[in-house]
Amino acid sequence: MTRNAARPRRRTHELSGYAAGCPRLAMRIAPLLILTACHDGVLDPRGPIGASDGLIMLNALEIMLAIVIPTLVAALFFAWWFRASNTRARYRPHFAYSGRLELIVWAIPILVILFLGGVIWIGSHELDPYKPIETRGQPLEVQVVSLDWKWLFIYPDQGIATVNQLVVPADVPIHFSLTSATVMNAFFVPQLGSMIYAMNGMVSQLWLQANHPGNYFGESTQFSGDGFSGMHFVMRAVPSADFNAWVGTVQRGSGPALDWAEYRHLEKESQHVRPFAYRAVDPSLFRAITTLSLPPGPGPRVERGGAVERSED
Amino acid sequence: MLGKLTWQAIPFDQPIPLVAGSVVFLTVAAIVIWVVAKGHLPYLWREWLTSVDHKRIGVMYMLLALVMLLRGFIDALMMRSQQALAFNAPGYLPPEHYDQIFSAHGTIMIFFAAMPMMIGLMNFVVPLQLGVRDVAFPTLNSTSFWLTATGALLVNISLVVGEFARTGWLPYPPLAELKYTPGVGVDYYIWALQISGVGTLLTGVNFVTTILKIRAPGMSYMRMPVFCWTALAANLLIVAAFPVLTATLAMLALDRYLGFHFFSDTAGGNQMMFVNLIWAWGHPEVYILVLPAFGVFSEVIPTFSGKPIFGYRSMVAATLFICLVSFTVWLHHFFTMGAGGDVNAAFGIATSIIAVGTGVKIYNWMFTMYGGRIRYDTPMLWSVGFIVTFVIGGMTGVMLAVPPADFELHNSLFLVAHFHNVIIGGVLFGGFAGITYWFPKAFGFRLHEGWGKAAFWFNFVGFYATFMPLYVAGLLGMTRRLQSYDVASWHPWVLAAGAGVLILLVGGACQVIQIVVSILRRDELRDETGDPWDGRSLEWSTASPPPAFNYAVLPNVQGEEPYWEIKRRAIETQQLAAEPDYQPIEMPRNSPTGFITAFFATITGFALIWHIWWMVGLGIVAAYIVFVIFAWRDVEEYEIPAAEVAAIDRERRAARAQWLATHARVGEQV
Repeated sequence: MTRNAARPRRRTHELSGYAAGCPRLAMRIAPLLILTACHDGVLDPRGPIGASDGLIMLNALEIMLAIVIPTLVAALFFAWWFRASNTRARYRPHFAYSGRLELIVWAIPILVILFLGGVIWIGSHELDPYKPIETRGQPLEVQVVSLDWKWLFIYPDQGIATVNQLVVPADVPIHFSLTSATVMNAFFVPQLGSMIYAMNGMVSQLWLQANHPGNYFGESTQFSGDGFSGMHFVMRAVPSADFNAWVGTVQRGSGPALDWAEYRHLEKESQHVRPFAYRAVDPSLFRAITTLSLPPGPGPRVERGGAVERSED
Repeated sequence: MLGKLTWQAIPFDQPIPLVAGSVVFLTVAAIVIWVVAKGHLPYLWREWLTSVDHKRIGVMYMLLALVMLLRGFIDALMMRSQQALAFNAPGYLPPEHYDQIFSAHGTIMIFFAAMPMMIGLMNFVVPLQLGVRDVAFPTLNSTSFWLTATGALLVNISLVVGEFARTGWLPYPPLAELKYTPGVGVDYYIWALQISGVGTLLTGVNFVTTILKIRAPGMSYMRMPVFCWTALAANLLIVAAFPVLTATLAMLALDRYLGFHFFSDTAGGNQMMFVNLIWAWGHPEVYILVLPAFGVFSEVIPTFSGKPIFGYRSMVAATLFICLVSFTVWLHHFFTMGAGGDVNAAFGIATSIIAVGTGVKIYNWMFTMYGGRIRYDTPMLWSVGFIVTFVIGGMTGVMLAVPPADFELHNSLFLVAHFHNVIIGGVLFGGFAGITYWFPKAFGFRLHEGWGKAAFWFNFVGFYATFMPLYVAGLLGMTRRLQSYDVASWHPWVLAAGAGVLILLVGGACQVIQIVVSILRRDELRDETGDPWDGRSLEWSTASPPPAFNYAVLPNVQGEEPYWEIKRRAIETQQLAAEPDYQPIEMPRNSPTGFITAFFATITGFALIWHIWWMVGLGIVAAYIVFVIFAWRDVEEYEIPAAEVAAIDRERRAARAQWLATHARVGEQV
């Protein structure tokens, strides 16, 4: 344990070496789960974090299967062979203790867990969501705000924002800073890997990267109320040039600008909001939300057995 | 006058809860009318509702558990059918209704089905296995049961009066705060659990005391059956963990009722404090449920293998190990909070360490079967089904304990499949094994084997058909609690799970039919010996059903398997032990204290939910008066004369003598 901690930290980008093997990941697990046609989800990762998460998941599964399969076979064999009707099985009514067996019985799980403990220790540190993905270029900064019931994505360096739609350059690490202006949510793009909570009054961080252009399904994975089912979005990874072009289009476009007043309108409850973009965003907005200078969303107006009067403006 | 309660609270505009509620109400009313008309009420009141007999209370717990299991299963059917229909469509349940259903499903299944099932088994079995007459505090025991029933009642009232929580089975703030959930749903949740939680805590106190202080002569700790050990561990966990739940819900109640800011989204509240606290109770809770189930298997497998449990001391050590470590793992329920590598790794490793204790148990059950002569009666089928299912569920659990894997699987249907895998495969299979195993002890006749086996196979296959597809859906990124979705690749797996739950429905129907058929044909299923399974522990040495005092003379325990020794001696010597010198027996008097206290607790809870403050005061004062009256009682016990004890026990001895004669003829034992 101390050796791991003392060792100079391995950089996460080395882990992206695993990513090359990511199509294999799906193929390796396929026979186990009879998954023949899976084209999304965590078994078909499209970025280094997802690939490494998936690999560790698979490693843990393989380590355990090495012991679980023989155990299940032995259990079923004993249950079958020692059935009362089998006259060939030897009845040993007093066999209730064996020091040697006891040793094995304790040793097998302990050894497995020792091994797995190492995987857990290294995995937790290497794949800590806060750990930056190394890059020669600049990572893309994205500020994420979960609202009732939609996602607001702020691009502070570009000065734009989007709702329920995330456009990013492929092959560039993305640094997410996440908060919630309402109840708790969790930000998750299954094909890119790790999820993390978006919590009110707090900022969590997450590093992800898409290796290939494509459209990736994203969702909230922490139940947040009646509109929860509609809290999904598309994460579109595009070549860098296309990303810059898209930013330019949004900036010059006719979309609304997101200032404090507009934000107060946005944070009211709404469901299944169609994706749209803001051509400009107040640079102080995210900080104001996290410090509660801009108060959290107002919540619902009425429920059965509890009329809460709030005027709608 | 009536607080927030108005006619608007009744969902006249929603046919589903209204019809469901009416059907339930009419059924209950019909039963009550039938009972009164037939003149059964005095009997019911005298022998059951006011009973402080641990066996009767155990049976009532089981009845409550089975009824609530049915209610929770109906919720499950609605959830599976909604998701099957809600691909690119709204389905038939709007979010505000669907959210209540999954919240109620979880709450009911954990608190009012699984908990009463395990506590019911402990109630019935533990004093019998310890060779004693009752638990330490019989009237308290009755009160515990009725307070649990109060909680179940309040949750079910919410079906037609107001609404239930829409926040999930654990009401995470700030969603559960007044601001985001102004309805009474969360209040129903809080007060149902606060009241039943007091009952559960009292059960814990009662059983820890019983097991530590009240055992038959010679029943040292290392001679207690494994079930008693697991009951001790589970009740120690109750005593340590339930106050945490009570305190957490009290803080949430202060937030909602008095505008405190423990967990609010403003004024310094911290939502993650709630999440930490609730799981500091929540993770021990799963071991409170599963440890007694482990105990059931540790009784069933030796009995039907015809040999003692393998590695008794290891079993005890593993039980206590799990009991202790279960308090150090709660953070694995929210690795995705972003606590950092050190914290996540520590809790991940602690979590996988629990698997050591469970692994040891699995191997010991295997080696108990090894060298045995296994009879496949229904309880044994459930046990083998459990070993297979629980190993798989444990494995997916350890996968979730690996933080990077959890970062992708947290809150997904993979997680849902995992905890159903261990709770159905562990707790429910254990409950069903225990019910079939001890049913003849409680009622004097066996459950029908054919229907029991059919129930096992349908439930076993139905479980895999329902939850294996959910594992896959989870790996495809499908999160839990979705009222509708539009991802095409999830749809076939959701449909498969929907088909699977229909197999479970057939399994459940088989169990209902099994009980009905067994009651109708009880005379041919009758067990006269008191020992239908060739049992090994003390409960099989007394009559079925046992007399109120359990044992005419307290047994003198001389080994780990006292009854097995007695039986062997009887067969070897071809005679029963000499007739003991019968003495009069003092037993606790029945008391309506529990029932009446719970009646006022129900009123208090309902009034708190609807802010009817005068009624709150009335309920609390009345409940306190009931307690004071009980405390001032003059006579607390009644005496069963020696002659009556002798008459009852001689009947048992006659049955045993007859049994011994048949065994002399067969002469194949040992």
